[in-house]
Formats: sequence, C-alpha cells, structure tokens
Amino acid sequence: MIIEKVFNKWILLFLFTIPVFGFVFEEPYYITLTTKVVILGIAGIGLNLALGYCGLISFGHAAFFGLGGYVTGILSFHALNSELMFSWPFVSSGSSDMLVIWPIVILSSAFLALIIGLLSLRTTGVYFIMITLAFAQMLYFFAISWPNYGGEDGLSIYMRNSLPIINTMDPLTFYFICLFWLLVVIFISAKLINSSFGMAFQAIKQNEERVKSVGIETFKVKLLVFVISGTITGLAGSLYTDLNRFISPSVLNWQMSGEIMIFVILGGIARLYGPIVGAAFFIVIEQTLGGYTENWQFWLGLILILEILYVRTGILSLFEKKFKYEK
Amino acid sequence: MTSILFFEQLLNGIQFGTMLFLMSAGLTLIFGVMGLINLAHGSFYMIGAFSAALIASLTGSFWLALLASLSGAAIAGVLIEIFIIRRLYRRDHLDQVLATFALILLLSEGVRWCFGAFPLYLDIPENLNGTLPILDDIIYSKYRLFIIFMGLLIAAGLYILITKTRLGVRIRAGQNDRQMISALGIDISKLYTIVFALGASLAGLAGAMIGAIQSVEVGMGEPILILAFVVIVIGGIGSIKGALIGSILVGVTDTIGRIFLPEFLKVFMEPASATSVGSSIGSMLIYILMALILIIKPSGLFGKT
Repeated sequence: MIIEKVFNKWILLFLFTIPVFGFVFEEPYYITLTTKVVILGIAGIGLNLALGYCGLISFGHAAFFGLGGYVTGILSFHALNSELMFSWPFVSSGSSDMLVIWPIVILSSAFLALIIGLLSLRTTGVYFIMITLAFAQMLYFFAISWPNYGGEDGLSIYMRNSLPIINTMDPLTFYFICLFWLLVVIFISAKLINSSFGMAFQAIKQNEERVKSVGIETFKVKLLVFVISGTITGLAGSLYTDLNRFISPSVLNWQMSGEIMIFVILGGIARLYGPIVGAAFFIVIEQTLGGYTENWQFWLGLILILEILYVRTGILSLFEKKFKYEK
Repeated sequence: MTSILFFEQLLNGIQFGTMLFLMSAGLTLIFGVMGLINLAHGSFYMIGAFSAALIASLTGSFWLALLASLSGAAIAGVLIEIFIIRRLYRRDHLDQVLATFALILLLSEGVRWCFGAFPLYLDIPENLNGTLPILDDIIYSKYRLFIIFMGLLIAAGLYILITKTRLGVRIRAGQNDRQMISALGIDISKLYTIVFALGASLAGLAGAMIGAIQSVEVGMGEPILILAFVVIVIGGIGSIKGALIGSILVGVTDTIGRIFLPEFLKVFMEPASATSVGSSIGSMLIYILMALILIIKPSGLFGKT
C-alpha cells in the first residue's frame, strides 16, 4: 500500500508536467492527449466507485457520459445560435458558460442515475449488468433517431464553452480546468471511501446480507453510490464535449461503457488512481499501435485477454511490492 | 389496407423473433449450464455469416453455405472455448464480461483482417426468391417464411434435444447442479465444450440467414447481441422457453412499434413531429418493455428466483 501511495504521487507529477512540456516544446497534440487521459480518468473514477468499491457491475456508464456530453452540447448549441431552447416553465436559450453548464450537467446526470438506479438495483448479478447495458442502449437509440440535435451525425459546437476571465480555448488552460476537476473528484472519492458510508458500501461488495443484518438499508446505500458514480461520469462527459467541441451518439454506445470499464480494470479495480493509469495506458496503446496498424484493436483485445487471464489485478499491482502470505 | 400492412409487419416481427431466438437460445444455455456471460456471442453470428459468404462465393450453393455457417461457427466456438473461455467459468461476472468484450475486439478485427472492410453479399437461392400468397390478399416473401420455418424447426429440435436425449439430461443436470454432475463421473469439460459449440453454431446459422437479407459485415453481430440480452433478461436467464417467448415478444414489439407508433401519434400531433417522436420512442420500446417486466418480475418471466 505504501508503494501505491508513492506511485500515486508520481502519477500526479506526470499529470502536472507532461502538458507543460507539450507547451514548452510546442506540441499541443500532447496536451490534447493528456487532457483526454484526465477526462477519461474522471469517467473511470466515477465508475470505479460503483464497480470497484461497491461491486455494482454497471455496463451502462456510457449513458451518464453521453448525457453529460449531450446536455453540454445542447445548451451551448442554443446559446451560440441564439435559438430558444424552451419557453416553458421559463424562457431559456441555453448557455455557453461553464459555470452554468456544470451544475445543470451534475443535476441531470444525478437524476438519470437515480432513475436507472431505482429500476436496475432491484436486480442483481447478471441481470444488473444487462439492464444497465440496456438502459444505455436505449439512450443511444434515442440519440440516433432524435433529429433535432444532429441525430446519427452528432452535434458540433463552434466555440468551447467559456469561463469568466479565463480563456478556455487555450489548450493548456483547458487542460488545467480538467485537472482541477480530476483533483476535486479524487478528493471527494477519497473522503467518501474513508467515511462510514464508504465502509458500508465497501462492505456490501463483500457480503450484502451481513451488512443488512447490522441494520443498514443496503438498497439506499447502493442507490446513493450509483448516483454519485453516475454524476462523476456525467461531468467527465461534459468536459469531453468541450474538449472535442463535438458530441455524437457514439459516446452513448455500449463500446464506450466497455472502454470506461477497461480503464478501471486495466488500472486495477478499487484503486483510487487506477482509472487514470488505465486511461493513460489505453490512450498510449491507441496512439502507438494505431500508428503502426489499422487493426490496433486486435492487439488491444489480446492484451486485455492476457491481463484478465494472467495478471488479474491491473497495471498498478505490477509496480507494487508483493507481500507474501502463507496459503 | 392497414390490416394487411399490420399482418405483414406481424410476420416480419415473428421472423425477426425466430432469429433472435437462435441467438438467445445459445446465450441462455451457456449461461444456464456454465454460468458464463458471453458478450462474444455476436461474434459467432458474424463468423457464421462470413463462413457462409465464403463458401457461397466458392461453390455457389446456398445450402452448402448454411452448412458452412453452422460448422464454421461451431469450430470457432470449440477453439475459443478450449483456449480462452474454459479459464473463465470460475471467474466472477466482471472478468467474464471484460474477457469476452476483449474477444469481440479480437474477433472483429481478425475477420476484418481476413476479409477486408467491405461488406459481402449472400444471395438467396432461386427457389426461395419471390413471394407466396398466404391468405386472400396477403403475399409474403418466401425467404422470410423459410426463416420462420427454420426457426421453429430448430426450436422443436432443441426441445427434443433437451427433454428426450441423454445429452439433454446432462445439460439439465448441469443447469441444476454443476458440482454434482461432475461428481457423478460425467466429463464436465467435454459437456461444456459441446454446449458452447452448440450455442455458437446456432448463432452462426442465424448470422448466415440474416446475412442473406442484409449484408455480411464486421460488427453485424453486436446490435443483435444486445437484443438477445434483452430477450434473455425478459425471458429469465437460463430458460429456453423464456428465450423463445421473449424473442417473439421483442421481435414483434420492435417491428410493430417502429412502424405503427409514428402513425398512432399522428392522431394527436402534427405529422412531422409525430414521425420524429414516434420513431425515437419506437426504437426505445423494447427497453421500456424490459424495464416494465423487470419491475413486475425482477428475474424475468421464467427465471429462477
């Protein structure tokens, strides 16, 4: 565990320095890549709370990622075209101010997570995996067939949403906005995990019946974890739209859910910084293998299978000193 | 006119349902007997379609192509079971989901490597081309009727296999108690391989038959895989009867909903927005159906609680 803490400091050091190098050597592409790592890392940290710490294997987190993305896209689409968004119960023509967008994203993803959680947490095991998957697919098909916001082609926003004083169009500045959110999310997660509520949801992963028997209403605990988890992933979706200035139904697709899951697993399940490492690994693989061969996903699949069959505990564990216990 | 359209769409829904059944029967068997969630099941659908397209282009025979789809998918199933899947039975669901997700990447890219990115086409045989009058005014595609017929034939075959044969007894015993059946001296790993290959070959056959209507391309298996998941969740995981009823339910709801919901909404709304709202909700209908069923019965219509 001590080794993991040291390693986490290294991760933070990397996150602070790589984009600055990118800036100094005028390679903005590396800033964009690291921004992507940070955003996908946030999405993974969100999922990790439910999946890693509470044992809720959600295969539908793309729903939250995509919702956050679409809320951001739609709000700024209306603001930039100065088109009315709706006129009831109050008049709104969207917004391109991140300080307005973020709270709306947070509230709407929390609400979606509440609805999906209420329905799917009635089930367990495989049913839970499949029903979360199905809800995400439902939104995916909805986004494809709803023509107002681009349908299958997606929605472009021409200007990145803004903040007061700060110029968000500058890659490095936007990177630090994302990094700020990453640190906030890590801080909140760490507080949660070590709280009594955190003890409860981690205990549920090990044995739900026992947690019930000490008088904790496990359904409420699981629902709350699911809502927090979905909200964090939704926030990542919002940043992702701002990064690309584009949103399309593909972020709602089940492959996205799978990828977020891969970040968590590759980094090491139930490790706070794991998803960042997982996301970084994923992006590095995509960039390096993708440069050599079109079939890079073949090799990604192979690496994943080998990791699941033989390593099993994620990349971080490879760096960790193994304590030997007698069997 | 509407009643004819309705009847036609109903048949389309049943045809779609029977193909879904071929997919979901395998999925539900594999889950019931081995406790494995197999996301890569859609890949066997794809492999079946590609084997069929390959053989059809070499020999020109549709029937040989169907045979190739069965055996191609079965061979792939046996190999993958022996080298990868076998190691996953004892793992938790999370590992299974990820490993089979990785398998999808592997198999899809592998097929793209071999066959290229362009879709292939599979021709319907001469004597199944055209239409057939069913009732007074209703004519229907012969090939789609053939698909329905094949689906029902295989459902009947599976029923006999599961209830009347020795293999079926073992499969049912495996569903009930895995440890006990291996303690009774039955070669459990051989049984697992057989069940996996059986599921894979059914998926492959479905891929080939649908491939003749649509096109044969990489990634064709995933949309239908998700629908098959919806089916087995509705029907109850592990139940073949549930898979059959769930398939027809999903097939019919999806087909009818997409066509008639926009029409229905036009009664209340202006036509343009009725079409867009109707088609959006129509595409979500089966998921809403699934949510409703799970609210009433969390383990599906025929699932064990």
